[in-house]
Amino acid sequence: MIHLPDSTNKSRFNRRTFIAATAGTALAAPVAARAIGASAEPAAPQDVSSPVNTTLRVNGEDKPLTIDARTTVLDALREHIGLTGSKKGCDHGQCGACTVLIDDRRVVSCLTLALAAQGKDILTIEGLAKDGKLHPMQQAFVDQDAFQCGYCTPGQIMSAIACVKEGHAGTDDDIREYMSGNICRCAAYPNIVAAVKQAAPEILKG
Amino acid sequence: MRPFAYQRAGDPSSAVRVLAGSEDDIPPTVAAIQALAGGTTLIDLMKLDVMRPSTILDINPLAEGWSEIKLDGGDLWLGALARMSDVADNPDIQRNYPVVADSLKLAASAQLRNMATLAGNVLQRTRCTYFRDVSYAACNKRSPHSGCAALEGFNRPHAVLGTSDQCIATYPGDFAQALIALDATVDITGRTGERTIPFAQLHRPPGDSPETETTLTPGDLISGFTISGSFPRSVYVKVRDRQSYEFALASAAVALDLQNGFVREARIALGGVATAPWRAREAEAILGGQRFDDGIAGRAAEAAFAGATPRKDNAFKIELGKRVVMHALHQAATMEI
Repeated sequence: MIHLPDSTNKSRFNRRTFIAATAGTALAAPVAARAIGASAEPAAPQDVSSPVNTTLRVNGEDKPLTIDARTTVLDALREHIGLTGSKKGCDHGQCGACTVLIDDRRVVSCLTLALAAQGKDILTIEGLAKDGKLHPMQQAFVDQDAFQCGYCTPGQIMSAIACVKEGHAGTDDDIREYMSGNICRCAAYPNIVAAVKQAAPEILKG
Repeated sequence: MRPFAYQRAGDPSSAVRVLAGSEDDIPPTVAAIQALAGGTTLIDLMKLDVMRPSTILDINPLAEGWSEIKLDGGDLWLGALARMSDVADNPDIQRNYPVVADSLKLAASAQLRNMATLAGNVLQRTRCTYFRDVSYAACNKRSPHSGCAALEGFNRPHAVLGTSDQCIATYPGDFAQALIALDATVDITGRTGERTIPFAQLHRPPGDSPETETTLTPGDLISGFTISGSFPRSVYVKVRDRQSYEFALASAAVALDLQNGFVREARIALGGVATAPWRAREAEAILGGQRFDDGIAGRAAEAAFAGATPRKDNAFKIELGKRVVMHALHQAATMEI
């Protein structure tokens, strides 16, 4: 008889806790980090492979980071800060799974350099629930069964909140057009439209 | 992605100095120092290893002076760093320049429109698969004199107008068709100071040097676009494989000046079918001074594609393109303004 280990009882180890636990340790070695010059004058030749010190404001909290200049906001969130809600789908701005709000505007975090997001307010799916209560759009996705596998869902929800606040959720056609940057391979689209319609009045009411 | 140094621009003149570097006779697209605006083209192509800058200059700090939307008398000035979504959602532009608003609204996704700037959109690179995939050795645009894999490859999305035997890559943008149709001008800050050129002189067809896509040189920064007059009777029609969030297979920007059913002036530009923003002047000439009807619209559409060169998989774009022109003309002629 084959006896499979019961991962829920015998081990608390899973992929999510692994990423969260290791995030931030990758560059913890005490290397000399560079600072970004605010001047645009040609600077002395830099060793471009050495990490840079920066701070990102995520869900209202300042997060000091030491990162490679190539790090996107998405990788900073997932690999350095431990917020794995924002998902990496295509990593080329085509699928919307990585959507976050920066200064209240929805953007794809996979094409946004972390260094270019300094001084801005980044809001992720983890920053939505307040006092243990889901955001109306999160609740609407649950109520309307607006997902199957759930991988695109954090991006859908962030995008949907912005869609409503932009005033682009007035009709089903508008919702479909202005949510077209979020792909759902499970094709939960009809239920996503229903969720956006459910949450819109509550969000607009403020 | 290859390592790079990140710098932030202070002011336009120092940004121009940094971007100019020591190279002045190369296309800006291959310069070692690249300007970062919205990043939706640059970061994407750096991840694909198509673009390989050693330094990125973030020019977003210049947005304060270069992102305004100004309606001054009869003229419209659009700052180069204005975001696509802000211009598309502007009620004055929707009313007086519907072709501008719709060309932006029908492009990309809401997220990308929030990020991408007007100048970045105009300068976006082709979506040719062989250009974007470095595992194909043959791409004259990416590595000069290496050949063109698209000529005999899968060329359904490729251009039928403005092609050469070196390159048939389609210019992918929408907004540029509105700008070229409305005779916009481009404000440029460069090493020799500020200058203004017709938008029609910004891009160049591939010819024998597909790697050179524009008349810009390293250090040139677009600061804005000007459109003289208003064009309430104008439309942008875009046909694509999906209803939303896809590049054009064929599109048309049309502006008409109609009086008592006669065409005083017609402006037509084509997207999705040409190697650069494309003004269809032969089609415009057929309409000028004539009573507008379906017959003349059809003759104009024929003229627009008279010089088309189809390849193995893209001949359908000629018939599709003609129908898009006819549809756009009809829509512009019948719109209530």
